[in-house]
Amino acid sequence: MSTPAVAASAIAREAGSLRHVFRWALPVAVILLVVPWIVPQYTAILLTYGLIMAIGALGFNLLLGYTGLLSFGHSAYFGVGAYVVALMVKYLRVGSMELFLLGAIVGSVIVTAVFGFVCVRYTRIFFGILTLALSQVLWSLAFKFFWVTGGTDGLRVPTPSLLAGLATGTGDKTDFMSHAYYYYVLVIFFACVVLMWVIVNSPFGKALQAIRDNETRAEFVGVQIWRYRFVAFLVSGVFTGLAGALWVPLNGLTTPDIMHWTFSGEIVFMTVLGGFRSFAGPIVGAIVFNYLKTYAVGYTVYWQLLLGAVLVALVVSLPTGIVGTAERLAARWKKGG
Amino acid sequence: MEVLLIHLVNALLYASVLFLIAGGLSLIYGVMRIVNLAHGNLYAFGAYVTAWAIGGVAAGAPSSLLLVLLPAGAFAAAVLGAALEPTLLRPFYKRAEEYQLLVTFGLLMILEDLLRFIWGPYPLSASELFENFGSLTIGDSLYPTYNFLVIGVGIVAAVFLWAFIYKTRFGVVLRATSQNMRMASALGVNVNRVYVQAFTLGCFMAGLGGAIVVPGQSAVLGMGVDALVLAFIVVVIGGLGSLEGALVGALIVGVVREAGIAWFPEIELAVLYLAAAIVLLVRPAGLFGRP
Repeated sequence: MSTPAVAASAIAREAGSLRHVFRWALPVAVILLVVPWIVPQYTAILLTYGLIMAIGALGFNLLLGYTGLLSFGHSAYFGVGAYVVALMVKYLRVGSMELFLLGAIVGSVIVTAVFGFVCVRYTRIFFGILTLALSQVLWSLAFKFFWVTGGTDGLRVPTPSLLAGLATGTGDKTDFMSHAYYYYVLVIFFACVVLMWVIVNSPFGKALQAIRDNETRAEFVGVQIWRYRFVAFLVSGVFTGLAGALWVPLNGLTTPDIMHWTFSGEIVFMTVLGGFRSFAGPIVGAIVFNYLKTYAVGYTVYWQLLLGAVLVALVVSLPTGIVGTAERLAARWKKGG
Repeated sequence: MEVLLIHLVNALLYASVLFLIAGGLSLIYGVMRIVNLAHGNLYAFGAYVTAWAIGGVAAGAPSSLLLVLLPAGAFAAAVLGAALEPTLLRPFYKRAEEYQLLVTFGLLMILEDLLRFIWGPYPLSASELFENFGSLTIGDSLYPTYNFLVIGVGIVAAVFLWAFIYKTRFGVVLRATSQNMRMASALGVNVNRVYVQAFTLGCFMAGLGGAIVVPGQSAVLGMGVDALVLAFIVVVIGGLGSLEGALVGALIVGVVREAGIAWFPEIELAVLYLAAAIVLLVRPAGLFGRP
């Protein structure tokens, strides 16, 4: 990477990919901005759920797609984000969304730092099992300490006030959620996407990909593997924690279900559905999965069967996910036409 | 004193069932290097089949007939495993571990709903056998005799498995494949066949666990997912891929759980998970695992 020619070509490639991204990102951003005015409120709320999960999946994919670590414990950080908010409402009577987000970030930093310290020494299957076991610790605490967490009844979270009281949900809750809250989530979503884009294209992100592709070589080049994985783990967990904090006012209730490891499985599912080898994969996957699950649940009691079959079919025939497959089709079409 | 004895028997009861589930999981991992997330559902499947056979089809029959029907769940799980391995898992051995975990997670969701589809959302019980066995007295308290049968089955299964793997020709082939699949294949071992057999045996053990547990407690939806996580703790403590580890891990988890239920019920599960995490920190490959 030291010769000027290589560096120049790398910069050119970067600029090319940036242009490529803007060709896609700008129209999508415009569509997302006008959506609440053209679709029914219910659809807009579903999209809000999708965007929130997209933030979580984006964080998750920093580990799976860019660092090569499959975590089965991301429900823990999502749950920490949600429960921090719920406990702030219960014990501190806080109602401001900004304080919620701050609290969730602090909470998820602490938890991911502890979990990451334990987990990043391992890779592959052991990493997966260890993250799963640790996340179940939190689940069992949320489940058993009912006098704090409400047990399976969960904790209620009222509609918060946004931007230090500029917008409050005193009126129609559906209207508030599908407009004011939608835009609030959207802005945070955009910020998270840009931030993650910068992270994965920074030298730090490149080092993570080097570790993913060949740990031994990365170590020889001078990358401190343990430290890089730890920071990636931290960033990944905080993104997911932020998603949890955004999710809970929308849902109005948090229960231990979101801490259970099967919810981690859902986060993995959405990322693979979209394609974990591409940046946009988890975003597309989360939004599609959310619609898919909502309609599957509404359509049949056997929605798990349906989703499971989709997952198996996906892994068998389309391992690159929606985005990877679309890219391949687009490339073939371009070559052919 | 009697209370302590009852706690001890209860711990052994847990350990027997856990050993059957976790031993199957560990056996499959040891030979095939696959962590089957749907393993708990095979345990649940075994429980449902036995509950259906004993509590439904043959309800009211004499105890001896019910006892003969008890292993039905184990055989059903084995048949299901023998069908699943070649069709669903075999295409994934050459691919990254992530895909194997994902496909078994998909399988978990499918099996969970298949149980609901076949047997409906309500719990299925086979308590008749449990009641027919009656109870015996330990000190001043009554204790169900059936629980001793479960412990007995666990011990017999452990002995049989040990003999099977260390004393038979098939065991030699199994261990050889587990240590070096390519070398075994080069020496003329039909690896595909060994994989099917190992997976079937692992599923049989899970199904047997479900079958012997169901007279004492009902078969309910979600029991598989819960059992899987406990089995994970067992294999993490004992070492993934080691049967001795599964045995010791099951005993440890059985004792800790029983102690937890008796003295610290709120953090019983948390203590178990923490124990697993601590073992992983101190001995990454578990107590009996190969690093």
